[in-house]
Amino acid sequence: MTDTLPRTQATPPEPESPTARTRRDKKRSPYPMWFYLPAAIIYGVLFVAPTFASFYFALTRWTIFDSEFIGLDNFVTFFSEPYLFQSLIHTLLYAVITSGLKVVLGLLFAVFLSSQIIARGYLRSVVFFPVLVSAVGVGVTFRVLMDPFDGLINNVLAGVGIDGPGWLTDPDLALFSVAFVDVWAGVGIATLIYIAGIVAIPQEYFEAAKVDGASAVKSFRHVTLPLMRPATTTVIILSLIGGLRSFALIWTMTGGGPGFSSDVLASMVYKQYQAGFYGLSTAGNVVLFVLVAAIVIPLFWFLNRKEVDR
Amino acid sequence: MTTAAGTPKLNRTYKWVGGLLGIVVTTVVFIVPFAFIFLTASKSGQEASLLQFSWPTEWHFVENLVEVIQARDYILVTAFINSTILTVGSVTLMVVVSALVGYVLQRRKSRWNPFINFLVLAGLIVPPAVVPTIWVMQSLGIYKTLHGLILVEVAFGMAFCVLMFRAFVATIPRELDEAAIMDGAGPLRLFFQVIFPLLRSVIVTVIVVQSVFVFNDFQNPLYFLPGDKGATVQLTVYNFLGQFNAQWNFLFMDILLITIPMLVMYIIFNRQIVAGMTSGAVKG
Repeated sequence: MTDTLPRTQATPPEPESPTARTRRDKKRSPYPMWFYLPAAIIYGVLFVAPTFASFYFALTRWTIFDSEFIGLDNFVTFFSEPYLFQSLIHTLLYAVITSGLKVVLGLLFAVFLSSQIIARGYLRSVVFFPVLVSAVGVGVTFRVLMDPFDGLINNVLAGVGIDGPGWLTDPDLALFSVAFVDVWAGVGIATLIYIAGIVAIPQEYFEAAKVDGASAVKSFRHVTLPLMRPATTTVIILSLIGGLRSFALIWTMTGGGPGFSSDVLASMVYKQYQAGFYGLSTAGNVVLFVLVAAIVIPLFWFLNRKEVDR
Repeated sequence: MTTAAGTPKLNRTYKWVGGLLGIVVTTVVFIVPFAFIFLTASKSGQEASLLQFSWPTEWHFVENLVEVIQARDYILVTAFINSTILTVGSVTLMVVVSALVGYVLQRRKSRWNPFINFLVLAGLIVPPAVVPTIWVMQSLGIYKTLHGLILVEVAFGMAFCVLMFRAFVATIPRELDEAAIMDGAGPLRLFFQVIFPLLRSVIVTVIVVQSVFVFNDFQNPLYFLPGDKGATVQLTVYNFLGQFNAQWNFLFMDILLITIPMLVMYIIFNRQIVAGMTSGAVKG
């Protein structure tokens, strides 16, 4: 303390000229700060401000027009009502299942689709195509395909003598069925990302492995797999963010039902909003925010760190 | 290329067997649902209600098409107009506004950079707070308006665009800027006449990817633009689901119609979509 005091006292006259110079530079800079302005206004008003406001309104009983501060009541409600709290568990389950399957299937598809086979271009387009169909379109289509009595899936199963379950009507199964459809629709992106990664591997690595007598499985295990780390990071992060926030598909396929068995946080937020419980809805949003941040940020840090170590 | 090591003969077998197997599996898993949409959209109401995957006994494709377009006072036409305005408006704005940010962020080293980078990452990760956004929009008088929704889409899609632009600007040599400055170009001319044209390829990528997102978006129109007047195409499907009850032929015709624009886009811009979706894969 005693050491720093004199120094701070001594500084004022000196930095005077540098700041003056940078200020003049700023005026002349070919990259003016006001280029940020249009983006900053839109982003600040419609994204940053509502995000901060949500932390306050989550603590209120709120009807758009006036709000009454009620402390943590909304969160107490959220964590004590099983049908609300379950949406948190479902969100986690859903995100983990979808991103896990996307990693595994995406990698398998990518290895297959970058090997020497006929009709490779066609196959790649077909796998990618569902990505372009809206979640609503996919949801309605699979709602029909998964119909317990007349749906195509159960008809086919009946043809082989299997009594198909009620994919979307069985409370134990509904969430998993939707997750499965999510993977169906989204695995194309994961596959593409992995293909881009595989293509970037120098051919010499595979040749060297071959010279050393590595089998196809071994060269996959020891060459492809370790080099796929950056791609895997991307796939995991992207699909986790997507999975945790998922709404449209669940809403069109089950509406959170039967009962509350496939409710996730995003659908709970919408339901409470519709019911007019704006404070509770916003509290759900805050829980979602915390959940996404608590999972994605450490994961991001962890996965990127491992990369540096290698 | 990667895994099929072995004798040439084995390779040739793998090439054909693997490829054919792939075709069969993808046909069952990926093509059948699309065929189902098309076939159901061509059936009579009664036949469609059986939900079967079968060839239509009578083709009602044109009748269904006319019926769906006329339904509820041509709401689908309104919706297509709305969705087009929404997509074109928000993507255009997004490109200009985020290109400016990405450009200055890459070129100018200032003490604000870490903070701005943080905001960009936050934009990718943080789920938007729904009701507070409605509250803000309402106090600005842009709730339930198309331009309000356009601005919301811009705000939510901006982060991705900025990342794309920043990465691309890094590949443009600074000497170009310096030459233009020497020639007396101001900041605006430098950006719009020298840099912006060079961004063409990344602009196409951003346009294509964001168009798919905005056109297919369901959640934001549902929250921020409710009501029939402003319905977007995605909402028509959702509303028809309630209204048409079990008239699956109309519903699937609607799905078919709103899928076609993206299909056409994919066929034309295949490469850009792939580039956009996989960007960052190699960089991590």
